[in-house]
Amino acid sequence: MLIIDRLSKTYADGVHALDRLDLSVRTGEIVALVGGSGCGKTTLLRLIAGLDMPSDGQIRLDDQTIAGPSADVGVIFQEPRLFPWLTIEDNVAFGLSQISAFEREGLVANALTRVGLSGHGHRWPRELSGGQQQRVAIARALITRPRLLIMDEPFSALDPSTRASLHRHLLALWDESRPTVLLVTHDVEEAVMLADRIIVMQPNPGRLFDEFSNTLSRPRDRLGTSFETLARQILKSLDQSLKPAVPAPLKVSTADAAWW
Amino acid sequence: MSLLLDNQSERLASPSAPARQEASAEQSLARRWLAGGSAGWFIGFVLPLGVALLWEIVVRNGWANGRLMPPPSRIWATLWELAQTGELVTHALATLWRVAAGFAIGAVVGTVLGAASGASRFMRRVMDPTLQALRAIPSIAWVPLFILWLGIFEASKVALIAVGVFFPIYLGVAAAVGSVDRKIIEVGRVFRLTRLQMVRRVTLPAILPAWITALRTGLGLGFMFVVAAEFMGASEGLGYLLVDGQQLGRPDRILAAIIAFAVLGKLADGILVFMTRPLLAWQDVGRDKL
Repeated sequence: MLIIDRLSKTYADGVHALDRLDLSVRTGEIVALVGGSGCGKTTLLRLIAGLDMPSDGQIRLDDQTIAGPSADVGVIFQEPRLFPWLTIEDNVAFGLSQISAFEREGLVANALTRVGLSGHGHRWPRELSGGQQQRVAIARALITRPRLLIMDEPFSALDPSTRASLHRHLLALWDESRPTVLLVTHDVEEAVMLADRIIVMQPNPGRLFDEFSNTLSRPRDRLGTSFETLARQILKSLDQSLKPAVPAPLKVSTADAAWW
Repeated sequence: MSLLLDNQSERLASPSAPARQEASAEQSLARRWLAGGSAGWFIGFVLPLGVALLWEIVVRNGWANGRLMPPPSRIWATLWELAQTGELVTHALATLWRVAAGFAIGAVVGTVLGAASGASRFMRRVMDPTLQALRAIPSIAWVPLFILWLGIFEASKVALIAVGVFFPIYLGVAAAVGSVDRKIIEVGRVFRLTRLQMVRRVTLPAILPAWITALRTGLGLGFMFVVAAEFMGASEGLGYLLVDGQQLGRPDRILAAIIAFAVLGKLADGILVFMTRPLLAWQDVGRDKL
């Protein structure tokens, strides 16, 4: 279980990105974080990945405090971030340096088959399309069997059909080992398609604003009424989260008024 | 049906279409040939050979006497004579040895210090101001000092070449290390690479293209500095041949030495490119070679 306890982050330049955020994610759950720009989604993911340190609060994964990059946490970034000087299979095997070459070869071949890229192992990243590169990134993150998978807008740069295909691949891979998944996305439809729970964040500083449970059975029908209803509710909440906070009405005492 | 008719009418209306296609194919072949196809390497020789031929015609027709600027046939004869007597090989080998030794020292020191300066802010603050100041010193200014310190023989010459090679490599490596993509480094961090693993598995491969470019620049400067080095009292080397030609009043000897420099420099660069090309096979570049 992932527990985020009163997590705050203020950057050196004074930007208050997250403010006392509490969140818990059950093992095997897929949680999507949606919200406008500057609501701290990416900051939150970077803190969980151990790439940044919080200013206050703590993050625990199965009762172990996260204080840096961990073997239990896999990360998929917005861009594939493949190493251009490594072949596809060497990219996928990047995190497997501590096992035998024979074992590594088998795992990589299996991972590439799972993401529909068997036969592409000896190619260079530059020879693959954006969608294929992102599939390699997914294979690279999942091959080490992390308990928690963090995804920072991984499909945002892809066209709709490639995105839909990657959603299917991701869910099939997730179903094999059921890691906990934390997904940041700007796409509400994507959140409803993939997540068990959708959390809306509000900006300045980043806080949780609203939460939606998604009980729709998989595979989900994008055109179904329940799907559309949930997506609309989330969009409405998202709109509200982006409205500037209404200041509390000013209470003026009678005595003060008389003084004026 | 109408499409078929249209096509047919188009074909009937232009009986010379196959001829046009053939001409177009020939043009495209010529364009590809000129752009560097199978025999495109020849293009690089057109300008120098054309100028040489023109000068040969000018001198042979008596429009110029060719005393200070001998025609290509006389330079070729001098080169042939130097080759026959074995002088050319002796001088070329002496120059090559000096460049190789100076390049090796300059490349190793430049790479190590450049990497340290690029990777560590502290090291950059310590070294960079001094090295940048030293870089501004003209190469020839080092000559008397190196002769005093290292003597008139090989050591001072190799040291001067090493200085020339060092700076472009130092600068190239420092800039490349300092500008390795943060996003790529982050992937290494996600996989918990140690500092040493990060250098070996991420930083070094990432800077490889810039490092090879810096090596090529350094090698080019090595050939420039060897001339200055061989001016300081050498008894053999292509630089010595230049001085010798000047003292004997033989511009054909000077030009023969210059041509030998150009050929050796180009050959050395070609060998470096050939040796490093497999290391850059992964690069996503618009041309197939460096």
